[in-house]
Amino acid sequence: MPISASELLSLTREGLYCPLGRFHVDPTWPVERALITHGHADHARSGHGHVLGTAETLRIMAVRYGEDFCRTRQEARLGEAMRIGDVTVRFAPAGHVLGSAQIAIEKDGKRIVVSGDYKRAPDPTCLPFEVIPCDVFITEATFGLPVFVHPDTRGEVRKLLDSVALFPERAHIVGAYALGKAQRVMALLREEGWDRPIHLHGAMEKLTELYKREGIPLGDTPKVVAAERKDLTGAIVICPPSAIQDLWARKFPDPVAAFASGWMRVRARARQKGVELPLVISDHSDWPDLCRTIRDIGAEEVWVTHGQEDALVHWCGTQGIKAKPLHLLGYGDDGEAEPDPAAKPGMEEASS
Amino acid sequence: MNDFAHLLDRLAYEPRRNAKLRLLKDFFASTHDPERGYALAAMTGNLSFREAKPAMIRVLAEERVDPVLFGLSRNYVGDLAETVALIWPAAGATPANPPSAGEGGPQSGSGEGSGISAVGRGLGAGPGHNNPPPDVPTLAEVVETLSTIAKKDLPRHLARWLDALDETGRWALLKLVTGNLRVGVSARLAKTALGALGAHEPDAIEEIWHGLEPPYESLFAWVEGRGDRPETLNPAPFRPPMLSHPIEEDADLDKLAPDEFSAEWKWDGIRVQLAGGRDRDGRQVAKVYSRTGEDITGAFPDLAEAVTFEGAIDGELLILRESRVQSFNVLQQRLNRKAVTGKLLEEFPAHVRAYDLLAAGGEDLRALPFAERRKALENLIKKLDHARVDLSPLVPFATWQDLATARADPASAGAGADADAIEGVMLKRLDSVYQPGRPKGPWWKWKREPFVVDAVMMYAQRGHGKRSSFYSDYTFGCWRDGDEGEELVPVGKAYHGFTDAELQKLDRYVRNHTTKRFGPVREVAYGREAGLVLEIAFEGVQRSTRHKSGVAMRFPRVSRIRWDKPPAEADRLEALERILERGEREIAPGASMETDG
Repeated sequence: MPISASELLSLTREGLYCPLGRFHVDPTWPVERALITHGHADHARSGHGHVLGTAETLRIMAVRYGEDFCRTRQEARLGEAMRIGDVTVRFAPAGHVLGSAQIAIEKDGKRIVVSGDYKRAPDPTCLPFEVIPCDVFITEATFGLPVFVHPDTRGEVRKLLDSVALFPERAHIVGAYALGKAQRVMALLREEGWDRPIHLHGAMEKLTELYKREGIPLGDTPKVVAAERKDLTGAIVICPPSAIQDLWARKFPDPVAAFASGWMRVRARARQKGVELPLVISDHSDWPDLCRTIRDIGAEEVWVTHGQEDALVHWCGTQGIKAKPLHLLGYGDDGEAEPDPAAKPGMEEASS
Repeated sequence: MNDFAHLLDRLAYEPRRNAKLRLLKDFFASTHDPERGYALAAMTGNLSFREAKPAMIRVLAEERVDPVLFGLSRNYVGDLAETVALIWPAAGATPANPPSAGEGGPQSGSGEGSGISAVGRGLGAGPGHNNPPPDVPTLAEVVETLSTIAKKDLPRHLARWLDALDETGRWALLKLVTGNLRVGVSARLAKTALGALGAHEPDAIEEIWHGLEPPYESLFAWVEGRGDRPETLNPAPFRPPMLSHPIEEDADLDKLAPDEFSAEWKWDGIRVQLAGGRDRDGRQVAKVYSRTGEDITGAFPDLAEAVTFEGAIDGELLILRESRVQSFNVLQQRLNRKAVTGKLLEEFPAHVRAYDLLAAGGEDLRALPFAERRKALENLIKKLDHARVDLSPLVPFATWQDLATARADPASAGAGADADAIEGVMLKRLDSVYQPGRPKGPWWKWKREPFVVDAVMMYAQRGHGKRSSFYSDYTFGCWRDGDEGEELVPVGKAYHGFTDAELQKLDRYVRNHTTKRFGPVREVAYGREAGLVLEIAFEGVQRSTRHKSGVAMRFPRVSRIRWDKPPAEADRLEALERILERGEREIAPGASMETDG
């Protein structure tokens, strides 16, 4: 008798739970055993008993929460099947940020893939998304509306460099989430030939150092010294999104507020944040890529975790694919709330 | 069109006034006629053509995009023009293939079934050699076409332009054709930038503005020093009004000397200007202007009749019946009517209560001090002797305390039965010249204290524009006895009064306490134990058949967020009913017209 999808994975208060393996995936509350898709704070929380994640994700968690972020930990090697309880588990790259993975859970020929957050667009700082055929595909829908079509990142980075050339007397303050987006923007700047230093807000430093240790070349990235802000004419500075409107940013010479995020495609979102130079660079899939991925994977059923689940579920229906929203709480705060500047650092990349 | 769209795009993201001015000035200097003139007309709201209705634009979009996905996108983006601009399939794409056809099925992976017929990023979306790009229209072409074509041809032209333009161009075009071009540039700013081309003050532009028509070629010629000052053909021109600042009782009042000021009632009507003059043939020209300079003479023939003088009176439009000033609700029934019938004129007789005299007998009086203009105004009103125009009475006072007393009780301070139509007092420096705009210092408004009530948040709706995707519009309720004990009944809706930081907190509160969702509306937890108390300030209460509670508030806003207050202690409906009984004053729901001086 074949096993049903809900026997393999169910929804609990803490998030997705595999009863046969007795583990949670990306739980939003401390649990005994957690499998973590990637290091963003809404997916990777501290305080679990045992954590299984990619080596990079475990190191990211250690940097963010301290070495004691959990009791015991285990490294998941990409592509390697592992037995946990009565199920087999395999991690595969998700293309979202460094170390991000999808998790395939399998028993008796039934396979569910929890993709976590993912993107299909090229990213010099992480491995590309891998298509894993499965019966049930669990997808995010952060940008799950047809208005979201992310442009080529090269053009967006050029917009920034053009603005720097146009206003050499001003400093460009680029808001970017501390894990992933910030380093991707740095890498893209290097690809476009920007060889001057990229200045960092203090909150960016540790994770950027970690990326460099992982072998991703980001060039010279000095930390901004408070007293020297006024001298940084013509500089590119990367900071957390909440800092672009802070007093901190005002001390730079006539700062230009830029923000690298998929949300920047919607004018109102840019204006809400007081952004003058919106850069549409996202670590999530845009609408065409969400649709393409669901088609590529060919799952019979799609479960949508967070974001604009209604639209994606509707689209699946028009394609004859069974789909349902999971209404998971705690991821990306609905995918649309602004990150909370008052919340602890790291919380805010949730809605990148 | 592309240059204009690019300008609007830059302006929309530019917060600094001086930078906006520079962008505008550069655009005017580098763009030729008639393109720049139509741009100026667009930004000052002076284009008149058949506007495209939002419903028609929606239909165009839904012919190309799955209507459900379009609706969800529209709700999310919060702006029709922007949604269509973002979702419109790129030019040269294959015709729409309705996704409901289920083409290919889930496994086929063929075609672009993502709900839009083409999705950019080079997926055969660009114009190919068999598919030459449609010509990008100029702004002049758009404006001229819109003012000549038949209604039935509009969708076809619009679709062709949308195909030809890029995202920014589509956004600008749709904003333009829906008559909704708000990009953070006031007409005043555009005129300031234009004046700056030739070192003219914006008021120099205002003075001749009303005699000119788009595309303003003579105006551009004059500011650039290539032509004479355009002849003002309008013998009864509009003069930009002078506005006041709200006074902060604690901060401002003590610094002001009572004997340097004159006070009068702040009437609850709409600010207008009566302007009269003689044309070349010596015939009297009479104009009624709104405070933004809109010519509303056609809607007020009864007022135009009274303009037998040469000059301009600044005053408040009110409805008077048997010499009694009627409430704003009554006035509203006269406003915004398409047809001005005899019955309407008879039932809602318009009057102007005169505040100021800006010009008389061909002479500009605005540089004179208020006290002198007031004398001239008194003389003119006496000479005019017309039942439709009277003088705004002065409120005598010696100390600020005297004035506070009058403000608290206008009925006893000379306003008598008209007290209900008074929303505070105006303070004007006796020596103040009449300065267009809102200079700080010479004029102050001191509004009546608002009423306040503690209510419980019940529903929240996402805002629009700058606040789209924030839950910023709150429906709140008060307690009453229901069939099953005490219950909350909605009494109103408010969407301002809080800071951006408070909005973020309220938004998070809504998300974390949602119990039900209805499209863009969420129900939040409310009851005796759970719920958020909002202190609501408002200007008055009226009976309402539209609301379940039977009452409606005027100008409700959130005055405080009572994170601390248990919802069981919020006010009861009776609190509002008492206010209603006290005044029994009819007030219009949603009366949102800006009426203050």
